[in-house]
Amino acid sequence: MGSQGGFYQSKEFLDLVKSIGEARSKAEEDRIVLSEIETLKRRISEPDTPKRKMKEYIIRLVYVEMLGHDASFGYIHAVKMTHDDTLLVKRTGYLAVTLFLNEDHDLIILIVNTIQKDLKSDNYLVVCVALNAVCKLINEETIPAVLPQIVELLAHPKEAVRKKAIMALYRFYQKSPSSVSHLVSNFRKRLCDNDPGVMGATLCPLFDLITNDVNSYKDLVISFVSILKQVAERRLPKAYDYHQMPAPFIQIKLLKILALLGSGDKQASENMYTVVGDIFRKCDSSSNIGNAVLYECICCVSSIYPNPKLLESAADAISRFLKSDSHNLKYMGIDALGRLIKISPEIAEQHQLAVIDCLEDPDDTLKRKTFELLYKMTKSTNVEVIVDRMIDYMISINDNHYKTEIASRCVELAEQFAPSNQWFIQTMNKVFEHAGDLVNIKVAHNLMRLIAEGFGEDDNTADSQLRSSAVESYLYILGEPKLPSVFLQVICWVLGEYGTADGKYSASYITGKLCDVAEAYSNDETVKAYAVTALMKIYAFEIAAGRMVDMLPECHSLMEEFLASHSTDLQQRAYELQAVIGLDAHAVESIMPSDASCEDIEVDKALSFLNGYIQESIEKGAQPYIPESERSGMLNISNFRNQDHHEASSHGLRFEAYELPKQTVQARIPPASLASTELVPVPEPVYPRESYQTTTVPSVSSDAASTELKLRLDGVQKKWGRQTHFPSTSTSNSTSQKTVNGITQVDGSNTANSRTRETYDSRKQVEISPEKQKLAASLFGGPSKTEKKSATGHKSSKPSSHMVKSHAPKSSMEVASEKTSPVQQPPDLLDFGEPTVKSTAPSLDPFKDLEGLLEPTTQVSSAVNHSSTAAVTKSPDIMGLYTETPAGAHHKDSDILSGLSNSPMTNMVGGTTTMQVAQSSKSPNLKDSLEKDALVRQMGVTPSSQNPNLFKDLLG
Amino acid sequence: MIKAVMVMNTQGKPRLAKFFDFLPVEKQQELIRRVFGVLCSRPENVSNFIEAESIFGPDSRLVYNHFATLYFVVVFDSSENELAMLDLIQLLVQQTLERCFKNVCELDIVFNYSKIHTILDEIILGGQVLETRSTEIMRAVEEISKCSLSLSPLFVCV
Repeated sequence: MGSQGGFYQSKEFLDLVKSIGEARSKAEEDRIVLSEIETLKRRISEPDTPKRKMKEYIIRLVYVEMLGHDASFGYIHAVKMTHDDTLLVKRTGYLAVTLFLNEDHDLIILIVNTIQKDLKSDNYLVVCVALNAVCKLINEETIPAVLPQIVELLAHPKEAVRKKAIMALYRFYQKSPSSVSHLVSNFRKRLCDNDPGVMGATLCPLFDLITNDVNSYKDLVISFVSILKQVAERRLPKAYDYHQMPAPFIQIKLLKILALLGSGDKQASENMYTVVGDIFRKCDSSSNIGNAVLYECICCVSSIYPNPKLLESAADAISRFLKSDSHNLKYMGIDALGRLIKISPEIAEQHQLAVIDCLEDPDDTLKRKTFELLYKMTKSTNVEVIVDRMIDYMISINDNHYKTEIASRCVELAEQFAPSNQWFIQTMNKVFEHAGDLVNIKVAHNLMRLIAEGFGEDDNTADSQLRSSAVESYLYILGEPKLPSVFLQVICWVLGEYGTADGKYSASYITGKLCDVAEAYSNDETVKAYAVTALMKIYAFEIAAGRMVDMLPECHSLMEEFLASHSTDLQQRAYELQAVIGLDAHAVESIMPSDASCEDIEVDKALSFLNGYIQESIEKGAQPYIPESERSGMLNISNFRNQDHHEASSHGLRFEAYELPKQTVQARIPPASLASTELVPVPEPVYPRESYQTTTVPSVSSDAASTELKLRLDGVQKKWGRQTHFPSTSTSNSTSQKTVNGITQVDGSNTANSRTRETYDSRKQVEISPEKQKLAASLFGGPSKTEKKSATGHKSSKPSSHMVKSHAPKSSMEVASEKTSPVQQPPDLLDFGEPTVKSTAPSLDPFKDLEGLLEPTTQVSSAVNHSSTAAVTKSPDIMGLYTETPAGAHHKDSDILSGLSNSPMTNMVGGTTTMQVAQSSKSPNLKDSLEKDALVRQMGVTPSSQNPNLFKDLLG
Repeated sequence: MIKAVMVMNTQGKPRLAKFFDFLPVEKQQELIRRVFGVLCSRPENVSNFIEAESIFGPDSRLVYNHFATLYFVVVFDSSENELAMLDLIQLLVQQTLERCFKNVCELDIVFNYSKIHTILDEIILGGQVLETRSTEIMRAVEEISKCSLSLSPLFVCV
C-alpha cells in the first residue's frame, strides 16, 4: 500500500476488473457491469460511507462509464466530493467531474463556488487541482467568476501553478476570445518568466495568437530566436533534456512559431537563418525526437523566406528520412517533401524512386500521404499517370470517406490539367463508375455542361467529336451491370441531348437503351426522370427533323407505367412526352431546339404574359392571389416547397456564400403553374429544376441546367490547356539543375554531355525494374524534354572527360542489355526509348556523392580536433564566458531570457563558439555513438520495438 | 492541440480514455471502437501514424504505439508534430509509468486508474503538452500521494 500512496484501490475493484477481463462475451461483460452498477447505486447512497470508500466507489463509477455504461446517478456524489477537505478525495472528485460533466452541465454551477475557494487555497496542490478543473469545466458564462483569480495566479510563486494558470487563461481564450482579449498581453509577459517550463507553456497560446494575427507579434521574432538559440545551446537545466536533445518540445513549438512569423517576411526570416541552421546541424538524427525537431526545421524552412543554404540542409534531411527503413520517417519525409517542393520543385526528382516505393508500400497511411504529395506536384505533363494511379487506388479501398476525397481530387486534377477532352471524359467515366454515389452532384453537372459547351475553342467539329466519343463510351458503359445513380443521370442526359446528333446511332437504338436503363434501375426515380426526358428529346429531335416517330413497344409500356406512376414528377414527364409527340414539327422545334442546351433562357419573373388571363379570371369573380408573406398561419400544401426555400434563403444569418442561381430559379417558380409537381415535396435537388424546364417554360426545354451553370464554366476554360504550364516547368527544371550541381556556366559540348549522361543513366538503372522507371519518368521526368537537353549543357561542364570515355562504350551495351553491376545511385527518370532527351537529374548525382564522401571526412577531422573540447563544451556555460551574462545554466532560477535585451550582441559574440559546439556535439565519435546506441537500446527508445518484458498481462 | 488520449488492449477493451473536449459517453465508445477497428487491421512493421479524419473529423491525426497487450493512442490536430507525439507516448509509458509501477502491465493501468489520470493531467493540460520532464512529473505525483497519506488516517477513523 505504501508504494501506491493514496491511490490504493480495494480488492473488490481488483475483482471487478479481473472478472470483466475474463468475460467471454460482451453480454457477460454487460451483466457484470450492470450488477456492479446496482451495487454502487446502493452503496453510494448509504448515509455514512467512509470517505475512503466513497472515493473508491467514484473511481469504480468512472471505470464503469468508460466501459460505456450510464453512471449519471453518481454525478452528484462526485460533485460533493470536490467539496471535501482531503486533497486526494477532492482530487478524485474533480477527476470524476471533469470526466463526467460537459461544461454546460447543470451541476457545474455547484462546482464553480468550490473552484473559486480552491483557487485561493494556501496549498498549491489544491490550486493545481482546481486549475485542472477550470480548464475543463468553465464555460463562457462562468469565465468571469474565476477570471480575476486566474490572473492573480499568473504571478504565483510556484512555477507549476503559473504554468497551469497560463493554460487556463489560454483555454478561456479558446472558448471565448473576447472575454480575455484585454489579458492577452499577459502571455507576452510570461514569455519572460524565470522558469523555462512556464515560458514553454506560454508558447501554446502564443502559437494560437500568432496564427490568428501574425503582424501584431513581429516584434517578438528576436525574442523567439534568442530563446531558441539558448535552448539549442543547452542553456536550459539538464532536466529538460529528453533523449539527449535539449528541451525538444520547446524547440518544436518555437520552430512552429518562427515558421508563422517568417512566412513571406524576408526581414524576419533573416533573423532566423542562423539558429535554424544550427539546429539542423545539432539534431541527433538517430533518435525519434531528434527527427521530430529536424522535421519541424524543414517545415520552418519551407515556410519562411527561402534561403538556399537552409533549403539544401532541408533537402538533405528529407533524403535521409526517405532513405530510412522506418515507415515513420518515410512518412515524415514524404510530408516534408510536399512542403519543400512548393519552393524548390526540383528536389522531387531526386527522390522519385523513394516516392514510388512509398506509393507501393503496404502501409496505407504512407500510401495516402504519397498520394497527397503527388496531388501537390501534378502538372499537365504527369496528370495522366497520377490520376490513373489515384483511380486505381480509389477502386481498391473501401473507406468511403477517403474514397470521396480522392475522387474529388481526381476530378479537380482532371478539370485543371486534362491533356485532351477524350481523356477527360474517360477519366470522369472511371471516377463515376467506381465512386459514383460518393461524388458531389455538382461534378456531374459540370461534366454535362462541359460536354454541352465543348471546350470553348470555337471549334465545332472538335466539340461534336467530343460528344460523339462521349456518347459512344456511355453506350458501351451501359453494358456494365450496376452503375451509380449520378453517373446514370449524366449518361441519360448526354444520350438524350447528343445520342442521335451525329447520325451514327438511330433514334430507336438510343431510345431502346434509355428504356433499358429506366427498366433496370426501376427503383431510382431520378434516373427514370432523366431517362424520360431524354426520350422526349430524342423524339422531339426526330419530329423536328421531319422523320416519322415510331415508338418502341417497350417504350410504350414504360410510358403507360409512368403515366400511372405514384411519382407526380414522373407522371408529368410522361404526359409531356405524350403531348410533345402529338405536336407538329414546327411546334416541337420551338419547344425542343436541338443542341440548344447552352442557350440562355430569359425568365419572365413577373409572369407578365399571364396578366391577361388573371385579369379575365378576376373579372369572372376569382379570388386575387395573396403572396405567402401576407397570408396568416395556414400552410398551403401547394406552396409547401416554396416555404422551404424561403426558410433557406431568409434565415436570419447566412454564413456560407450565396449558392448558384439554382435556388433562385427554383424559388421563382410560380407556385400556381407548378401546382401539380409540387404536391409532393421532391426529394432530389436535381430534379425540381428538371421539372421546371419541362413544365413552366417548355419552349426552352433542357436549357435551364446549362444556363444557371454556365456562369461558372468560364473559369474552368481558362484553367484549361497546357500552354500555361509549360514555361513554368521548364524554367524550374533548368534552375534545379543549376542549383543541384552548383555549376552555372553554359558549356557547349553537347555531344559529350549526352554521352556522359548515358553512362550515368545506365549505371543507375541497374536493379530497378523497367516499369518502375517508366513510372518515375512519367511522374517526374517527361515534361520539359527540350529544356532538359539544354540544361544538361550547363551541368556537365565539369564532369571529367575520362569518365565519359571509359564508360561510354560499356554504357551503350548496358542500356541495351539492361544488366550491370549493382549501383546504389538514386536512379533517374529516363525513358529507354529516347536517350538523347533523357533528363539530367542523374548526372548530377555522382558529384553529390563525391561531395558526400568528402564531407564525412572533414567532419571527422574537425570532430577529432574538437573531441577534447566536446566534453567540456557540452555544458552550456561556455556561452556565459562570452556573453557576460552570469547565467549558470544549471541553476533552475537562472533567467534564460536575461539575454533578451542584449541578445543581438550575444548572438554576435557567441557566433563562433556555437559553431564549434555544434560540430563537436555532433562528432561521430565511434565510442560515443556506440554508447549512445546501447543506451538507446536499453531504454527501448525505438518506437517500433516491443519489449515483451515491459508488460506482463495478468489478464492474459 | 491534443484531442484525446486512449489506452486500449489488443482485444479492443478501453483501459483509459481522456478526451480533452467533452464528448458524450456513447460517442466516446463509438470512437474507441472505430479506432480499434483501424488499429487491429494495421499490419506489422508499418508506420505508427494514421490519418484519422474519417473518425475524428477534419484536421485530425492519430499516433499509436503498441506495447505488449496495450495500444496507446494519441489524437491531435495539425498544430502538433507526429514524431513528437510518438515520443510523448514513450515519455508516458517508459519514463513515467515504468518508473511508477516497475514493470508496468495492463492491470496496473486499470487498477491505478486515478493515478494514471493524475499523471496525464501533469503531462497534458487542456490539450497542450505542459510538462515533459519525467522527474518533474514523478515529483508532482509523489507530492500528491504523500500529502494525502498524511491526511488520510484522520478520515479512516471517521
